[in-house]
Amino acid sequence: MKGKVSLFVPCFVDQLLPEVAVDTVKVLRRIGCAVEFPEDQTCCGQPAFNTGYWNDARPCAEHFVRVFKHADVVVCPSGSCVTMIRTFYPELLAASSLREDAIALASRTFEFSEFLVKVAAVTQVGATFPHAVTYHASCHGLRELHLRDQPLQLLRQVNGLTLIEMARCEECCGFGGTFAAKFSDISAAMGNSKAESVAATGAEFVTAIDPSCLLHLQGILGKRQAPTRTIHLASILAQESPQKSRAQEQL
Amino acid sequence: MSQTAAQRFLQDAAVKSADLMHREVIQRGMDSYDAAHLKGRARIKDWEAARQKCQEIKREAINHLDRYLLQFEEKVIARGGHVFWAANSEEACTYVKNLATRLGVRTVVKSKSMVTEEIHLSPALEKAGIKVWETDLGEFIVQLREEPPYHIVTPAMHLNRGQIAKLFREKLDPKIDSEDPVDLMAAARRVLRQAFFAAEMGISGANFLVADAGVIAISTNEGNGRLCTSVPRIHVVVTGIEKVIPRLEDLAVLWPVLATSGTGQGITTYGTLIGGPRLSGEVDGPEEFHVVLVDNGRSQLLADAEQREVLHCIRCGACLNICPVFRHVGGHTYGTTYPGPIGSVLTPHLNSIKEFKHLSYASSLCGACTSVCPVKIDLHHHLLQNRRNATEAGATKSSERLMFRAWRHAMLHPRIYAVGGWSMRKALRIVYGLGLAGSILDPMRVWNRYRSPVPLPSESFRARWRKDRAAN
Repeated sequence: MKGKVSLFVPCFVDQLLPEVAVDTVKVLRRIGCAVEFPEDQTCCGQPAFNTGYWNDARPCAEHFVRVFKHADVVVCPSGSCVTMIRTFYPELLAASSLREDAIALASRTFEFSEFLVKVAAVTQVGATFPHAVTYHASCHGLRELHLRDQPLQLLRQVNGLTLIEMARCEECCGFGGTFAAKFSDISAAMGNSKAESVAATGAEFVTAIDPSCLLHLQGILGKRQAPTRTIHLASILAQESPQKSRAQEQL
Repeated sequence: MSQTAAQRFLQDAAVKSADLMHREVIQRGMDSYDAAHLKGRARIKDWEAARQKCQEIKREAINHLDRYLLQFEEKVIARGGHVFWAANSEEACTYVKNLATRLGVRTVVKSKSMVTEEIHLSPALEKAGIKVWETDLGEFIVQLREEPPYHIVTPAMHLNRGQIAKLFREKLDPKIDSEDPVDLMAAARRVLRQAFFAAEMGISGANFLVADAGVIAISTNEGNGRLCTSVPRIHVVVTGIEKVIPRLEDLAVLWPVLATSGTGQGITTYGTLIGGPRLSGEVDGPEEFHVVLVDNGRSQLLADAEQREVLHCIRCGACLNICPVFRHVGGHTYGTTYPGPIGSVLTPHLNSIKEFKHLSYASSLCGACTSVCPVKIDLHHHLLQNRRNATEAGATKSSERLMFRAWRHAMLHPRIYAVGGWSMRKALRIVYGLGLAGSILDPMRVWNRYRSPVPLPSESFRARWRKDRAAN
C-alpha cells in the first residue's frame, strides 16, 4: 500500500482528455495507491494568472487550496498545473490568509511521473506498449519542476517500447495557453517545427507529461495529417498488454 | 489610422513565421551557436557557479548603483575625462551632437553599441550634417541596408553571403564578384579603413564600467572597436548606467561568461580597458574622452523592486538565441531596439506598458530564456509580472476582462463549471457536426485555423468518476 492519493485533474483534462485521468488512476491503483477525487475541484487558476488576471486567478487558487488542504498527497498528470501550485501560488497568494496552507500543500503536490519515481520510488509499473515512441520534454515540467529524467526512467521500463530521441526535444511546442489564441501564427509555426522534429524520428507516438502540449500537438499533427499520434505518459503506463484496449477499462 | 506597435507585430509575425527560408537561415545560425555555446560552457569548470557569481556581482552593482557610478565618474574626471549624465535619449543625443559641432567633427566612426541604437544617436548626428560610419561588420551591413540590427550581438544574422555580396555590389563596388566571406570582409575593410582615418570622433559603447579602476571595458572581435577608440581625436562612450560593476577583478568571471553566452568563445578576441584621454608622454589615444551615462527609464526600473534585476542584463543575446518565438519571428518583427525575451521584459519599462504590453504576451512562457541567462534574470516570470501590470493598469480589452470574470465565477462554483464544460462540448459537437468548424460560428476558429479540432468526449472525467462510484 502506497497510501492515499488525491487526484487533481486539470480542467481541460477533465473536459477534453478524460482518458488521461482515467489512466492516471489506473497506474496509481496498480502500484497500490488508494485514489480519491475531490469533486469540488475545478481549475488551478493558471489561465487567468498567465494572462495577467491575478485578481481573478487568486480566488480560484484559494478555492483549490481549500479543496485539497487536507489531502496527504496530491497527484496531477500535468507538470504545468503543478508548476502553478508550486512555483506561482506563493507569489499569487502572498497577501492571502491561505498562503501558508498553499505553501504546505505545494510541498505535497506532485506531477504524476515525479510522484512515481521520487515519492513512490517506482519505475517499473508493469506496462507493455510495443511501439516506437518519442518523448517531448514539456517546458514547465522540465524547467520549473526540473523533471528531466523521471519520465524517461519510466518509459525505459515499459515492456516492448522503443524510445527514439527527438532533436530539440526541449524546445517548446508552442502551446502556451492563451498564447496559442493571441499569437496563433507564432504558436502554430512553433508547433509545426515540433511536428517536423517528431516526424524525423519516425516514431508512432509522441508522449509527454503535459496533456496541454499533447492537445496542441494533436491538433497540429492532425492538421498535417501526420501519422504520429499523441499519447500521455500515463496512458502508456496504463497499458498492460497490447490486447487490452484502453477504452474498455473501468475506472 | 496608423498601426499600433501591437498590430504591426502581429502582422509581421504572421509573415515571418510562415517564411520558411527565413526560418532555415535562422535555424542554421542558431544550430551553430548552440554547438559553440555548449562547447564554451563545457570549458568553464562549473558553469552554474559562474552564473551565480555573475548574478551576485551584478546584484551588488545595481543595489549600490549610485555609489559605484560616482566612484567611476570621479576616477574618469581625475584622469582628464568628461562624464555627462543623460536623463533621456534627447539629452544624450544633444550632448554628443553639440560636442561634435563645437569641435568641428564631420565624420564619426562607431563601434557596436545597442544604447546608441536605443537613443537613435546616428540619425540625430546625421541630421546635423555629420557622416556616421558603423564599423562592426554586421552593423555596417545593416546600416547599408538602412535597417536596424536584427540581433543585439549578431546584427546581420538574417542575411546569407549571397545577399551580402549583392548589397556590397550595389552600395560599395560594382566589381565585387565573390561571395567568399574573406573577400567580402576585405571589401568592407577597404571602405572602413578610409573612414577610420578620416573620422574626428569615435563613438563606442561599453560592456562594463569598472568602478574601482574608473575604466570602461569593451569586448570585441573585429578590431574595429580599438580603431574607433584610439585613432580619432575624440572618443565618446555612450552607455547605460546599469553597466557599472564594482571591481576590475570582476571581469575575470564576467568577460568569459559574456563571451561564452554571446558567441561560445572562451573570451573575445579583444578585451579593451580605457580610462581617459591620452596623457602627456603617451604616444596615442584620443585627445578628448567623454562618457555619456544614459538613464532613459533605467532609474524607474531600479525603483521597481520586483523587476530591478532586469538591469543585470549584460546583453549577451543568449535569451534571444534560445527563444523559440525569436527563432520563428526573427529580430525585426519585435520593432524594438532590444528584441527577444530581454526586450519583451525591458521595452515596456523603457517605453510604455500600454504600447508594448503585447510583447510580454508574445511568449509561451517556456522559460528557456531564464534557463540560459548568464546573470540569472528570471525573464519569463517578469513577462508574467508585465502581464499583470498591464491588466491592473486597465490596458487589456474589456471583452477579455469580462471573460475572465465569468471564468472565475464558474471556477468558484463546481456545478456551474461542470454544466458549462458540458454545454461547451455539446455546442462544439453540434457546430462541427454541421461542418462549421473554422466558420464564424465556431468559437474555436482561431485554434482550428492551424490545428484539427480538439477532442470532444461525451463525458467529462468527473462524470465518469461519479458514474463509476455509483456503480460500485
